Amino acid sequence: MANIISDETIEYVGILAKLELSDEEKEQAKKDIGRMLDYVDKLNELDTSGVEPMSHVFPVSNVFREDVVTNGDEHEATLKNAPAAKEQSFMVPKTVE
Amino acid sequence: MAKQYETVIGLEVHVELATKTKIFCGCSTAFGAAPNAHTCPVCTGMPGSLPVLNKQVVEYAMAVGLATNCEIHQFCKFDRKNYFYPDNPQNYQISQLYLPICHDGYVEVDTSAGTRRIGIHEIHMEEDAGKLIHDEWEDCSLVDYNRSGVPLIEIVSEPDMRSAEEVIAYLEKLRLIIQYLGASDCKLQEGSMRADVNLSVRELGTEKFGTRTEMKNLNSFKAIARAIDGERERQIELLEEGKPVIQETRRWDDNKEYSYPMRSKEDAHDYRYFPDPDLVPIVISDEWLQAVRDRQPELRTEKLARYKKEFDIPEYDAGIITESKRMADIFEEATALCGKPKKVSNWLMGETLRLLKEENREPETLDFSPKHLAKLIDLAEAGTINQTVAKEVFEQIFREDVDPEAYVEEHGLKTVNDEGELRTVVEGVIAANPQSVADYKGGKEKALGFLVGQTMKAMKGKANPAAVNAMLRELLS
Amino acid sequence: MQITERTALELGRMIKKKEISVREAVDASYQRIAALDGDLNSYVTLDQEAAYARADQVQAGIEDGSITGPLAGVPAAVKDNICTEGLLTTCSSKILYNFVPTYSAEAVLNMEKAGAVILGKTNMDEFAMGSTTETSAFGPTKNPWNTGHVPGGSSGGSCVAVAAGEAPYALGSDTGGSIRQPGSFCGVVGLKPTYGTVSRYGLIAYGSSLDQIGPIAKDVSDCAAILEMIASHDKKDSTSVARTDCDFTSALVDDVKGLRVGIPSDYLGEGLDDEVRQAVLDTADVLRQKGAIVEEFDLSLVEYAIPAYYVIASAEASSNLSRFDGVKYGYRAAEYEGLHNMYKKSRSEGFGEEVKRRIMLGSFVLSSGYYDAYYLKALRTKALIKQSFDRAFEKYDIILAPASPTTAPELGKSLSDPLKMYLGDIYTISVNLAGLPGISVPCRLDSKGLPIGVQMIGDCFNEKAILRAAYAFEQARGRFLVPEIAKNGASEKTDQKTVNDTDALQKTAADKEGE
Repeated sequence: MANIISDETIEYVGILAKLELSDEEKEQAKKDIGRMLDYVDKLNELDTSGVEPMSHVFPVSNVFREDVVTNGDEHEATLKNAPAAKEQSFMVPKTVE
Repeated sequence: MAKQYETVIGLEVHVELATKTKIFCGCSTAFGAAPNAHTCPVCTGMPGSLPVLNKQVVEYAMAVGLATNCEIHQFCKFDRKNYFYPDNPQNYQISQLYLPICHDGYVEVDTSAGTRRIGIHEIHMEEDAGKLIHDEWEDCSLVDYNRSGVPLIEIVSEPDMRSAEEVIAYLEKLRLIIQYLGASDCKLQEGSMRADVNLSVRELGTEKFGTRTEMKNLNSFKAIARAIDGERERQIELLEEGKPVIQETRRWDDNKEYSYPMRSKEDAHDYRYFPDPDLVPIVISDEWLQAVRDRQPELRTEKLARYKKEFDIPEYDAGIITESKRMADIFEEATALCGKPKKVSNWLMGETLRLLKEENREPETLDFSPKHLAKLIDLAEAGTINQTVAKEVFEQIFREDVDPEAYVEEHGLKTVNDEGELRTVVEGVIAANPQSVADYKGGKEKALGFLVGQTMKAMKGKANPAAVNAMLRELLS
Repeated sequence: MQITERTALELGRMIKKKEISVREAVDASYQRIAALDGDLNSYVTLDQEAAYARADQVQAGIEDGSITGPLAGVPAAVKDNICTEGLLTTCSSKILYNFVPTYSAEAVLNMEKAGAVILGKTNMDEFAMGSTTETSAFGPTKNPWNTGHVPGGSSGGSCVAVAAGEAPYALGSDTGGSIRQPGSFCGVVGLKPTYGTVSRYGLIAYGSSLDQIGPIAKDVSDCAAILEMIASHDKKDSTSVARTDCDFTSALVDDVKGLRVGIPSDYLGEGLDDEVRQAVLDTADVLRQKGAIVEEFDLSLVEYAIPAYYVIASAEASSNLSRFDGVKYGYRAAEYEGLHNMYKKSRSEGFGEEVKRRIMLGSFVLSSGYYDAYYLKALRTKALIKQSFDRAFEKYDIILAPASPTTAPELGKSLSDPLKMYLGDIYTISVNLAGLPGISVPCRLDSKGLPIGVQMIGDCFNEKAILRAAYAFEQARGRFLVPEIAKNGASEKTDQKTVNDTDALQKTAADKEGE
């Protein structure tokens, strides 16, 4: 396997993705990502110099809304699925910067 | 000899734009609503919801870019900035990294050392986050998404500033430009203008920049000035002790006058930016750009020059008046109505500034109608009311925006021009103050002033002081 | 012929002629669901009470003339990643086990305007990530042709529901083949429209630049009619395209004279099952006999589509799925210490393995230092793939291809080797990268009795060409077979599912996790 994923990398990706993996899962993830990257490395065979990266397949541009208020008080709908709510707000563990 | 240090400062200024709706949905941006009242699936990151760009945001951003001498990227895009935080409902912020709408501009600021040019690296559009409120009773925080999705522009300066004075001058300049454009009200206290300060120090004469820190939570010009001094001291101290400055984000505590690192091992600060696939590129045609350029209002520098030419008011007054877009608007409208620029300017420079100071308010908050000021000037000029009454009526205009004509009528404040009534009152005052009469007759001119005052008091201020004066002299001669 | 064997358009005509009421049509589907779904597991949520109420409402609308259209009153199933107001929408994930949207997807609104009655929500691979419908938190869906085999995925539930007569038609979504591949495994027709044709508003995003909602039905005519109904220019979706050529049913003409058909020879090589290859070639013969001009050509870049796709789709997914954090909706871990631990626990417990795998890969390829090497490289590859299709469509009106290298694999044989599973998408994935329309049409059964489907790919905005070819092929083929399981009446009742029962769903998810 050409791509060796280190423990640190898996730890780091876990922080980015907010996923907590067991040791067993970490080992599996290292293997899976490594194998996928080996496979993805196949793209290096392709000469893409001078090719613009294509985000959108069609050249659509300038899709706008006018600056007009269309929504009323929708707090009930917003909070309908909240796992925890209080005072018309979403409740989360104490968060200080 | 002790080493000399130079402070190098760059600013990231966030400005909330004055649109009616949010950047990607039709929710209102109005302040003061109940929590989450101004929310919808889009601005709360509900599954399956999609953003659609508010055109006005692009136009405001272009206007600010043009007014700050920026180049406009005529092909620009939105990118996602990925990070987890509860005030950020999608856990990514839609912003611009790769192709921001404006770049490479500058503004010129006046400092004690002369005019300085501050470079603007870029201006990009993005969405604001919601509000996190710490709950007082339970060990939790509450999230309100009313501000989530409010449009922002972030103006990133070059590291061109060297002192707190320059920073404040730059911010004042930006604020004036943006207020003049009507793109934002730029209130630091309310958070519609926010500045993050990037600061490093280096030994005077060296070319290489030192390691910088970023300071957040600065909500007044004074706090910014204190934070700059505080952080400069902290960094110099570190360098003097031979310790490294760490590149980090710090939160300024204005009460303790110290900054604290905002770091956590759970924050990698790796935002994994990539073009937002839900939004399409913005293509700004030459015609569109020209149309925005043509609509640009007169900015302060031009206005000042015009005032000098058009109106006979002192340069100092013109400077103060144009320092606030609102004040300048009142000046121009009232002048157009009453045709007396000097009088309007006097009311603004005198009573208006006095009352603002008394109430600790900014000129931008002035909310009386210029036509009421113009009417008041007309009333005073016509002698319908005297100066004392005029001041009293102005306070009512300033506070309640009353119609001066109706107010004067209702409260019976018109100057009494009936000579018979005045003669009766003056005769009464002469009879009641024999000592003062004697003093006057004995050559004490001051005594006449006292008698005028007594008469005005008896008339409840509604007399014309000049007429009272003349009447007294006539009766005592 | 039983009601459940009727196509959607046939049913629509019967309802219009009052040969059958809307309620009876709904009833027939529910009876079939009651009989079969305990085994097939194609639905995750049923909404009988609302469906019957809606049936009466639609019936009245048809009678007073306020609801018209060829599909008025015809019941339908909706894939569980498409939001339905007031009806549980879970993406077959524990993390959304209790999510009841307060809004409906634009495609659903269009369906409802045309008089559809929604029967329930169908099972899928969790967040549409998978090719077998085995990654669902609510257990796998089984193939009605042989319940020991998978139905394909990710729209496995929708395809099985249609194949087994549990729904006259269904909506699916297709990010890398998720309509066409299970369609071919289940012997139904599935169409992935040109990107931007059906609004994505209300479709819970997996890979935003690739996702499209599309119809799944018994035949090509149904697919054309359903697409005509759900396609719209939606101001709520910035990537939605304003099309003026959405009269797709006008393409249902049995005439392919002069139609230029290209078969990529690089699709017919190694890895393709012999029986599937033969089916493709036989389909070509049918078209040729009807006057089409068929030839093989070299499409090129075929082997680069899968790696490019997994980089792009995983990157977008890692960002799209970050909103599932236990704050606003869905699953929140029972125990946690502080904010970040709540995020991590809710997400780690809420997402299944395959979803976590793709989120990790996506986060990695976007992370500092790798963006250019992986993400931009993949976007450049995508541009080249689009170019190779553009070149092909200069010469051909449609491309004829397999939908999958094999017919449906056995249950439990795919997930252990993800990479191998990904390779199964080789013929469908590049269509999504290039934004093209594609349809899969059942051809025949293989020697194991499992359906083989063929795929027809059109140039962007040219659904009509593939609809015409597929329709002509279908005319020659005749009505497709019905799986044995779906032939019998709805007499035997198996354990019937409850309506909107979130506790039961949560329990299923928990049981599955305990396994």
